[in-house]
Amino acid sequence: MLNILLLIIPLAFALLIWFTKGSTSRMAALAGTLVQLLFTIYAYNQFMALGAAPFEINYQIAVKPNLVAHLSMDGISMLMVILTNLLLPLIVLAGFNRYTERANIFYSLMLLMQMALNGVFISFDAFAYYIFWELALIPIYFIAFNWGGEGRTQVTLKFFIYTLAGSLLMLFGFIYLYTVSPLHSLDWETLRSNPICKCDQSWIFWMLFAAFAIKIPIVPFHTWQPDTYKTAPTQGTMLLSGIMLKMGTYSLIRWLMPIVPDGFKEWQYVAITLSVIGVVYASIIAIMQRDIKKLLAYSSIAHVGLISAGIFTMSRVGLQGSLAQMLAHGINVIGLFFCADIIMNRTGSNQVEGIGGIRTLAPRFAAWFLIVVLGSVALPLTNGFVGEFMLLYSVYAYNTWLSVFAALTIILGAVYMLRMYQKVMLGEPLMEKMQFEDLKWNEQLVLGIIGVLIFALGIYPEPIFELTEPVLKTLTP
Amino acid sequence: MEQFIKPIHLISPTLLIPLFPLLGFLLLSFFGKNLKQAGAWISSLLVLVSFVISIYLFKELGNKQSLDFDVFTWMRWENVSLNFGFLIDPLSLIMLLVVTGIGFLIHLYSIGYMSHDEGLTRFFAYLNLFIFFMLLLVMGNSYLVMFIGWEGVGLCSYLLIGFWFKKDAYNDAAKKAFVMNRIGDLGFLLGMFFMLFYMGGLDYATVLSSAEGMEKGAPLLVAITLLLFVGAMGKSAQIPLYTWLPDAMAGPTPVSALIHAATMVTAGIYMIVRSNILYTLAPFTLEIVMWVGVATSLFAAIIGIKQNDIKKVLAYSTVSQLGLMFAALGLGAYTSGMFHVVTHAFFKALLFLGAGSVIHAMGGEQDIRRMGGLWKYIRITAITFLIATLAISGIFPFAGFFSKDEILAAAFHHKLVWVLLSVSSMITAFYMFRLFFLTFFTNFRGTEEEKHHLHESPWTMTVPLSLLAICSVVAGFLGMPAVFHMPHWFNTFLGPVVETSKGLMGEVHHMEHSTEWLLMGVATALAVASIIIAFVIYLSKKQVPESDEETTGFAKVVYNKFYIDEIYDKVFVKPIGVLSDLLHVVVDKLIVDLLVNASAWFVGFTGRTMRLVQTGNTGFYIFAMVIGMMVLLLIQLVL
Repeated sequence: MLNILLLIIPLAFALLIWFTKGSTSRMAALAGTLVQLLFTIYAYNQFMALGAAPFEINYQIAVKPNLVAHLSMDGISMLMVILTNLLLPLIVLAGFNRYTERANIFYSLMLLMQMALNGVFISFDAFAYYIFWELALIPIYFIAFNWGGEGRTQVTLKFFIYTLAGSLLMLFGFIYLYTVSPLHSLDWETLRSNPICKCDQSWIFWMLFAAFAIKIPIVPFHTWQPDTYKTAPTQGTMLLSGIMLKMGTYSLIRWLMPIVPDGFKEWQYVAITLSVIGVVYASIIAIMQRDIKKLLAYSSIAHVGLISAGIFTMSRVGLQGSLAQMLAHGINVIGLFFCADIIMNRTGSNQVEGIGGIRTLAPRFAAWFLIVVLGSVALPLTNGFVGEFMLLYSVYAYNTWLSVFAALTIILGAVYMLRMYQKVMLGEPLMEKMQFEDLKWNEQLVLGIIGVLIFALGIYPEPIFELTEPVLKTLTP
Repeated sequence: MEQFIKPIHLISPTLLIPLFPLLGFLLLSFFGKNLKQAGAWISSLLVLVSFVISIYLFKELGNKQSLDFDVFTWMRWENVSLNFGFLIDPLSLIMLLVVTGIGFLIHLYSIGYMSHDEGLTRFFAYLNLFIFFMLLLVMGNSYLVMFIGWEGVGLCSYLLIGFWFKKDAYNDAAKKAFVMNRIGDLGFLLGMFFMLFYMGGLDYATVLSSAEGMEKGAPLLVAITLLLFVGAMGKSAQIPLYTWLPDAMAGPTPVSALIHAATMVTAGIYMIVRSNILYTLAPFTLEIVMWVGVATSLFAAIIGIKQNDIKKVLAYSTVSQLGLMFAALGLGAYTSGMFHVVTHAFFKALLFLGAGSVIHAMGGEQDIRRMGGLWKYIRITAITFLIATLAISGIFPFAGFFSKDEILAAAFHHKLVWVLLSVSSMITAFYMFRLFFLTFFTNFRGTEEEKHHLHESPWTMTVPLSLLAICSVVAGFLGMPAVFHMPHWFNTFLGPVVETSKGLMGEVHHMEHSTEWLLMGVATALAVASIIIAFVIYLSKKQVPESDEETTGFAKVVYNKFYIDEIYDKVFVKPIGVLSDLLHVVVDKLIVDLLVNASAWFVGFTGRTMRLVQTGNTGFYIFAMVIGMMVLLLIQLVL
């Protein structure tokens, strides 16, 4: 029952918003996401007290073929639901004090996306999961296409086709699983407890992995991402980088690892190596990026590369670290893109070079931006450190030399982030007659909440462990 | 160290020590604008409170008891749990007193020094934050908590070096410091991974006790100690990671005194002393630590001869002195290294603060070629500066004499090391007196306007100078050489910390009293000789170092610090930039993306081609069908 509400609240508000006008649209969107957030807190409490029972839904869609919508809940799903519903109000709030054309459609799509994202994370059968997975792509495609910047037609088309191609491979994989599984069921629990033969797992792994690797993205499946992040409107980029890419990393844990465990083991070394190469590769590219948003995009590739490397170690510490880091990355990356947006909005420039001096004009903004940067470079006591420490350790436990390579991220991360911060924020203003208003109330609120979360989760991550440990126990050998 | 009894009543005072500076940071960050000068006072007093509590702990605990407790679990998985906890033992007590004591004096000094700066409260907020992290570093009960402090002080160093953020050169220096420290931190991090994997924990108790059970020279211990030492190289500015420290002088002078001389840069030494059992069991690493220390000490001292910026001279002297400390550790003389940390903290902080007072008087000028004759104008500064210079040169009875003598005595059984360290000490005495004479004696070489401006600093600055001067004299008596037949309080106090190592070390080089007298005599003679040379050149002959353009030959190479920065730039910084562009433009855009686009193009191409087949002409379809059937038939016949 609770699960239905998790879907219905955003859907209802999405419909409602469609019929609003002007600035009421975003007020309605804020109200909707806040209601959803409050409800998530309630759901979290219920889950901690009663377990999955109040979330369980089994709805038979068709008998032949045997299609069931099975919605449920466990610690990992709960964490992802919290991530989604925590970030959305912030993303909506980020749009206040900004003019958005056809705001009603924009926010309606955003809430629709929220529904789909919730659906992805609470689906416990491949059929419902796949539907939500694809459903999530539609609103973000329109957001990126209609409200995007220069070159959006080509960029969003590439993004759409690329991810869709991956999804189709996944669909094919699931259909095959359905046909070969003796029970003809796509239920997660059934698939997990009746693994198919090793021979098939080997290639089914790649069918599913392709979809996830594109979505995350893992190098070399990443080329759609920097341009998309750059051209999409910032709120869209926040949705993509903060939440949507976690669909990929989440699915590695939820679907790939338990369902094709042998394939997972077989290709483990390839996947870890790719992920770790991606960490260093993207970090190095980020160093000389001239476009702020693209720099952040590459930095994001580096961070999620480490997350997937940790997952592929199949160790408890790697999985635990990856979950902590998914939450941390979601929070930090929307903070970073929001700061980038503030800069671009005020100065009209999206270049690392040629701005400078913002700190003098807007000291409050500079301070909060620095906090987000520190979270991103994983300074101890920020949320980024907890995840990064555990992830790097898991890679270390898998292979020492690989971890040395992966750990270069702590140096390279500092290099590109501080370079960007210095060029943009410090020094003397390089633009003529530069004006830079300090944070407005909504911006202060968003960055303030993000800053508090960065430290809170960095100092006391225990709630994350408490929430997810029981599931991880059952998922790992 | 078996007496880990928990004096529980001391837990809350312990927690308060880092909390006060943290409170100061938060207070100033959020309400700094309204507090102004009062904020600076609040911030200083909060550090004073921490100092007082530290004294209380020191009195309560002594060296017979330790306090080791966890506050909460930070990270955990499976059966691993990494806790946030504190350890107060003799070693942390010494560091606590140094950090909060000198920390307070430097806060006080900054009230005067920074009074005209518009960023006054921001400055004090950062200083408080620094003290907080430094306290975590020395109070933690595990390598992980030490690492929090370790990176935290790195952050504060970054913020304070780039305090005047409008100047890009300063920002570059700040970034360089952070990145170089991060290179070291990579070693530290990997060292922790080794410990966690093979020893099952990161708290000192677990790691050290499990190391005790290992064989001397075990590869695991060598790996761990080497990796940790990489961290120390970064933080404590040793070759090859030392170049950030001279640049760090871009920060306000009190910062150079507190962070880049007295406390943060000695963290590497603290870490090795803390892990002394590991290092004792890894003689190979000790050997490396020793040689890196010796090399750094000598190399930095040589560069120091040719520097003309008052703060740069002191910076290279710090690098050199840190090298000396590492050499001591490498020789297994852990307590001597620590002793030098303490005495050095006093006289080097004093030197920097004195330099700050000089710069203050000179209205910002830092070039000693444009000073001279300041003795008359700023007497307190000059006298205290002289005391510190005598101390660093190792003249009896100033503090540096005792600690340096101990290190040289420890080095004596290793003749080459002893010679090199003696030379380095001699050079130190020379360039320090060169600095002193050029600054305070002969005639004033600045402009008339500057001369008119010369004035002694306010009391908030001279009081810390005087107190530190007193410490620079008396601190040495904490560790009297054996020949004086007096108790060596410092070694006794730290005894429990290095007890196990002493047992493991085996051979101890006992020294005849006559040898010891001789060593002291030689060291003093060398120092005095250097002073005389400096005196002759800079006072009798009144030579002034040549201008930058006139510097040629080897002198130019030394003046330009052996072009190490330029070499690093060519070998590491530039190539990484090129690689970044190369990967982006060639690999990412051209190769990877081309494959993606090619597959998309292939789909489009097939679509376009196949479309031509769809003509709508029934005749063509029938024709195609017949051809198709014939092909199928043929295939069947052939097979």
